[in-house]
Amino acid sequence: MPNILLEMQDIVKEFAGGVRALDQVNIQVKEKSIHALVGENGAGKSTLMNVLSGVYPYGTYKGMIRYHGEECKFKTIRNSEDKGIVIIHQELALIPYLSIMENIFLGNECQSKGVVNWGKCRFEAMKLMETVGLHDLPDTPVNKIGVGKQQLVEIAKALSKDVKLLILDEPTAALNDEESEKLLELLLMLREKWGMTAIMISHKLNEITKVADEITIIRDGKTIETLNKNTDEFSEDRIIKGMVGREITNRYPQRTDCKIGDVCLEIKNWNVYSPDIANKVIVNNVNLNVRRGEVVGIAGLMGAGRTELAMSIFGRAYGAHISGEIIKDGKTVKITTVSDAIKNGIAYVTEDRKGQGLILIDDIRVNTTLPSLKKLSLRGVVNAQKEIKVAESYLERLHIKAQGIHQFTKNLSGGNQQKVMLARWIYADPDVLILDEPTRGIDVGAKYEIYCVINELARLGKSVIVISSELPEVLGISDRIYVMNEGCFVGELSQAEASQESVMQCIMRCNKNKQVV
Amino acid sequence: MNNFLKGKAIPVDESCKAEPAGEPIKQLSRENIFSIIINKYAMFVALIVIAIFFQWQTDGVLLVPMNISKLIMQNSYILILAIGMLPCILTGDIDLSVGSVVAVIGAIAGTMIVSMDMPVGLTIITCLVAGLLIGAWQGFWVAFVKVPAFIVTLAGMLLFRGMTMVILNGNTLAPFPESYQFVAQRFLQDIPLVGAIPYSTMIIGLILAVCGVYAEWNDHQQKIQYGIPVSGKSWLFTKFGLIVFVSLFSTYWLTQFKGLPIILILLAGLIFMYSFICHKTVIGRHIYALGGNERATQLSGIKTKWVRFIVFVNMGLMAAVAGLVFSARLNCAAPSAGTSFELDAIAACYIGGASATGGVGTIIGAVVGGLVMGVLNNGMSILGIGIDWQQGIKGMVLLLAVAFDIYNQNKKA
Repeated sequence: MPNILLEMQDIVKEFAGGVRALDQVNIQVKEKSIHALVGENGAGKSTLMNVLSGVYPYGTYKGMIRYHGEECKFKTIRNSEDKGIVIIHQELALIPYLSIMENIFLGNECQSKGVVNWGKCRFEAMKLMETVGLHDLPDTPVNKIGVGKQQLVEIAKALSKDVKLLILDEPTAALNDEESEKLLELLLMLREKWGMTAIMISHKLNEITKVADEITIIRDGKTIETLNKNTDEFSEDRIIKGMVGREITNRYPQRTDCKIGDVCLEIKNWNVYSPDIANKVIVNNVNLNVRRGEVVGIAGLMGAGRTELAMSIFGRAYGAHISGEIIKDGKTVKITTVSDAIKNGIAYVTEDRKGQGLILIDDIRVNTTLPSLKKLSLRGVVNAQKEIKVAESYLERLHIKAQGIHQFTKNLSGGNQQKVMLARWIYADPDVLILDEPTRGIDVGAKYEIYCVINELARLGKSVIVISSELPEVLGISDRIYVMNEGCFVGELSQAEASQESVMQCIMRCNKNKQVV
Repeated sequence: MNNFLKGKAIPVDESCKAEPAGEPIKQLSRENIFSIIINKYAMFVALIVIAIFFQWQTDGVLLVPMNISKLIMQNSYILILAIGMLPCILTGDIDLSVGSVVAVIGAIAGTMIVSMDMPVGLTIITCLVAGLLIGAWQGFWVAFVKVPAFIVTLAGMLLFRGMTMVILNGNTLAPFPESYQFVAQRFLQDIPLVGAIPYSTMIIGLILAVCGVYAEWNDHQQKIQYGIPVSGKSWLFTKFGLIVFVSLFSTYWLTQFKGLPIILILLAGLIFMYSFICHKTVIGRHIYALGGNERATQLSGIKTKWVRFIVFVNMGLMAAVAGLVFSARLNCAAPSAGTSFELDAIAACYIGGASATGGVGTIIGAVVGGLVMGVLNNGMSILGIGIDWQQGIKGMVLLLAVAFDIYNQNKKA
């Protein structure tokens, strides 16, 4: 019987205004195990981890934390790190212009009397990088390596602090399948060889079922249950049932009375070059069309150029030397700015809702009407009453959970933020809506609601293009799928033809051809 | 689930009509009102406290009608600059050149009127156009070439100061004719026709009171209509009383000297106009949005480059207005005019609650911030505190005001 490393008892955390984020949460983590924490967005997972790591200092919450059998009262993150508890946040905390080595030892430098010993630093860094499987030079600046490798740097950084308990908040959210796989294997390896314990927050249930020894499910700030790999059923459906409190029989809503009409948007011979690196082709001779009432998916691995394709179509918001033809409703149109695109009925909902989508310091109302203020104004003066009505009706129609339209969007959960983005673009009333990763980092319930919105838009005769890295999602909601790989479209599959295997075959075939050439 | 997207766009016009008052009126509790006052009117309260402090320290000299008139006239150009500066700060930029622009406008006006004997009207128009061109010049570099505003306007600060010296050839030009000085030096009863009306200043006070009460009442009614929580009846009537009292008493107080200064009318007009632009118009929204998240604003189809350009053109215009007022007030065009005005204008915005990263701030806030500094200056001068101590104390006020603001925001989050 393994020892219990960490025990959190009856944790209660309240925020200003009486919001109870955690309500009597109990969790036990066994030594040398990988413990997964799952729950819908806003269920309190991150809050719980922030309590544990001292982000919320002792005294601001109620309850008891026992670590190695002794009670802990962490005042700062430093306190918890001294005990070997390290948290890696979803947004990575690396300094982009510093090297891998400097990042690994940031705040923990190999020094004597304030002078850094770079030779020792380098040696130690190489050892740690070897352990996590990072084969770059330790002097490479962190912004020159991909997100997957940056995640490894974070883990190396944790190892340098002699980590006993590693907390990972959505470690694979920004990674592709291959990188995720690598990361998960690394976690298993660290558990075996280093005897490290890990707590992992994730929405990717397939990963959790693969690596976790135990799963604790949190819902509405309460612990619902803890499942054990050996004694309980460990399937995705079982976990979802716990998370939402009911069984979801169908993860993708059924499409009803879909009438697919004429071609609404057609893209011909579309080429895009990188704005940063000269002569680098990002999108290579892409042809695409989408009909009214149709949902078209674009599948592919991360870095395939899907976002770049979408943004270059959306008024050249990305890329250089763009060439090709855009045909809207049978007529060639010239679109060189975002406002041209909007005028021609094209809308794009970004994958990066916090960085490029929402104005976080403004309220829901302002964010909803931003591109459509013209509709709401007379001679440049905004009709405030109309605007409030519009915002309120969308709040209701899209089931946005908020105190009201005057709530700041930074205080909303991911799912509700995404709904505000959808509200914004649905109100702009486009013919073609391009959704880039519409459900990234969103819980199962909100995902379902967003799929329903997509279906409803299609039913109303809109054309919807969905870009997603989650293959089951693309397969589940699309009428037709384009497969994109390294800037090219390498396959077009109808709903009947499409399966996880056939999509992957398209990508593999393309990669194989390249190797032969 | 299925009827949440009926129809194309929402038929706003129908749904816009007031709902029957089925729900009870949502009222704010006493604590909420208190915290709103603290957050929203903190600088206003600080202004009153500072005024009372100096009133007491100066044995009542600060608030005598003559001193108040002087205070307004002395600070008017800083307030005008602050009104132009706020949009710059909202978009996350800054304009360091306004002090030099004030000088160059004064130099142009001085050369045209004093040296070349040109008509005043033409001079004023030329100066305003020059201001727009200066703004366009800086806006071009900031918005389209994407040189950081700090650098463009730092260059502008040197450039326009140099230009002033070239135009004036190192000399001070004076005096200006009576008609040029009118806006900065005169009072309401000095306007020929209006001066004939008895109690003209009080009539304006009365109009202000009525407008203020009406606006407040309208706001209250709309909030009820849309189910936004409102303060109770008693607080509302207290507000009415305050508005009537303040507008009537302040105009009455001014009649005890020479009546309403004309510059105050101009200032009030600008404050009203720019508050309206910031909060009620599309361009105002775009300015706030740009400061809040530039990329998101761009991806919403807003021409962010043009928004930024317009903000700088406007700043140039406001700097020109301030330049005219300042030269008229001093009755001369000097090479060193307007030195460090930019810092006062920027400080006014920050003291008034604007955020250094953009997207947050109000015109009224900037004006109150400017007045806080003005009252401090004036009060300390009356007390005979030296310029050395004045500078230091103003610096501390700026620091503490912003620190208080940030503390308050963190507490909320």
